[in-house]
Amino acid sequence: MTGVEVSLRGLHRRYGSVVALDGLDLTLAPGELVALLGPSGCGKTTTLRLLAGLEDADGGQVTVAGADITHVPSNKRGMGMVFQAYSLFPHMTVRDNVAFGLKLRRAARAERDRRAMEMLELVGLTEQAGRYAHQLSGGQQQRVALARALAISPKVLLLDEPLSALDAKVRAQLRDEIRRIQLEVGTTTLFVTHDQEEALAIADRVGVMRDGRIEQLGTPTDIYSRPATSFVAEFVGLTNRLHGTVAAGSVNVRGCVLPLADPATPDGQATVLVRPEAVTVVPSGPLTGTVIAVTFLGASSRITVDLGDTTVLAQLPTSEATALPAGSAVALTIRPDPVLVA
Amino acid sequence: MTGLHARRRRRVNAFRYVVFTVFGLFFLLPLLAMIRFSLEGSTGGSWSLSSWGQIASYAGPPPLLSGVEITLELAVITCLVVLALLVPTVIWVRLRVRWMTRLVEALCLLPLTIPAIVLVVGLAPIYRVIRQQFSLSALQLFWVYAVLALPYAYRALAAGLEGVDVKTLSEAARSLGAGWFTVIWRVIVPNMRQGVLNAMLLTGALVLGEFTIAYLLLYTNLQVTLFYVSRGTPNAGVLFSTSSAALLFAFVLLLILSYVGRARGRQSERSKVSK
Repeated sequence: MTGVEVSLRGLHRRYGSVVALDGLDLTLAPGELVALLGPSGCGKTTTLRLLAGLEDADGGQVTVAGADITHVPSNKRGMGMVFQAYSLFPHMTVRDNVAFGLKLRRAARAERDRRAMEMLELVGLTEQAGRYAHQLSGGQQQRVALARALAISPKVLLLDEPLSALDAKVRAQLRDEIRRIQLEVGTTTLFVTHDQEEALAIADRVGVMRDGRIEQLGTPTDIYSRPATSFVAEFVGLTNRLHGTVAAGSVNVRGCVLPLADPATPDGQATVLVRPEAVTVVPSGPLTGTVIAVTFLGASSRITVDLGDTTVLAQLPTSEATALPAGSAVALTIRPDPVLVA
Repeated sequence: MTGLHARRRRRVNAFRYVVFTVFGLFFLLPLLAMIRFSLEGSTGGSWSLSSWGQIASYAGPPPLLSGVEITLELAVITCLVVLALLVPTVIWVRLRVRWMTRLVEALCLLPLTIPAIVLVVGLAPIYRVIRQQFSLSALQLFWVYAVLALPYAYRALAAGLEGVDVKTLSEAARSLGAGWFTVIWRVIVPNMRQGVLNAMLLTGALVLGEFTIAYLLLYTNLQVTLFYVSRGTPNAGVLFSTSSAALLFAFVLLLILSYVGRARGRQSERSKVSK
């Protein structure tokens, strides 16, 4: 099945006095993978559950392929879902799990088995078809859950933090696999996660949520490089908060003049947000200090520099960082990318 | 360190054996004494099967076989009623109205706190109506037996549901297109098989051993029949042979039920693995 357009308009949901969704608007283009990212309690899982029909909205509208499904029960929505918790039916084999949705649709046994094996092949688990959930690893269980969700040719695929229970290596592998499969089948997908790396790596677009609303919706590059608000800038990636003086559409931070993302920012003292990658080591520069920590990240490393009254993070290639052990004096400058005022 | 662990394990095991032995003796000794008495002959130190023979030769009324039959039927009906009532209830409470757990538990445990004689006083007018409006059959006892079995069946089912992630499994099944009946019957119940089996065993045991209510409401089940058997003979040994027979009957039946249930579980797992 090719993807369909999904639209959530003005969704409201309260739990007692707590507002989980506050007029959320979101549209997913056909075949698109949108990741919802945000801190705990921001409403991302509620959004997914409302789309799945597992909860009722207090207000607003959900449409899929133009049809209003706001009040359609979850078992009639034709959506595939993978949960955070392992959700395979323990009393069924892997094959029976994958074929379960087709059995409910009264598909013939031969057709069910064929489709189940096709889906298991897609996730690389044909060998495990006769096994039970307790005989599989966590990563394998989530792959079977994905195969099961896709077996019914869902209109929309919903992924509710499916990788959060897995270890780092399996997580990265499965993340790439989910993306490969999603591109292959072309199903419109909503992916909920609190892991920014996961969201940025997998999604066509990322929606950063805060207090029941989407703070910014954009491509991973937009979200990271051109955050619309200080919340997005601070939530996605690491950010230095540095004091500077705003004047005539730019800001002077310790001698580095940087353009402002919002030129209408009023003149005066301000705190600006600077990414560690924008801070570079130079032979002599406006910022001088002492390296107090070096964090090895693989190809790159992050150094923490004490500037006297504050500290600043800089991200460098590891080859450069190894020449700067803790205690060495260093000069820094800031690349003149547009910066946000906090 | 390993030696310390081994010593500790040995001590725990020894404690376990002592506890099992003491409690085993506590339960078994009176039963053995009862069986021994039923096997005593008419003269001191002699042995005889005459007390047991009198059960077999008892012609009634009421006939012994009809007592067995009615009790077995009652056990089956009560099990079905209790399961039909409680299985969807415990699942629904867990899924949708978890805040009602304590209330439902308290309601289900209530019959434990009411003495049988008080229950009978309360039930007598209801059973008068049942006799007048519906049927005179002793099978009508299933109403009260279902109530009596609630505490045991509820605990067994609740315990069976403990290890099942009901919410996630039901949501997964719903998202795949399952209605609520399918969710309960094909997804949740197979995963609480042990709880269902235990609830059936406890309910069956209760029905097989119940005497007071049946007798006081003037119905005849197996226990009441055995009471008549023992009363209809001057041989005191018959009193004990009938009690032992009732106990053995229930024990063997429950053992068979338990074995069949477990064997079926193992068989279905094996057949799925080999598929």
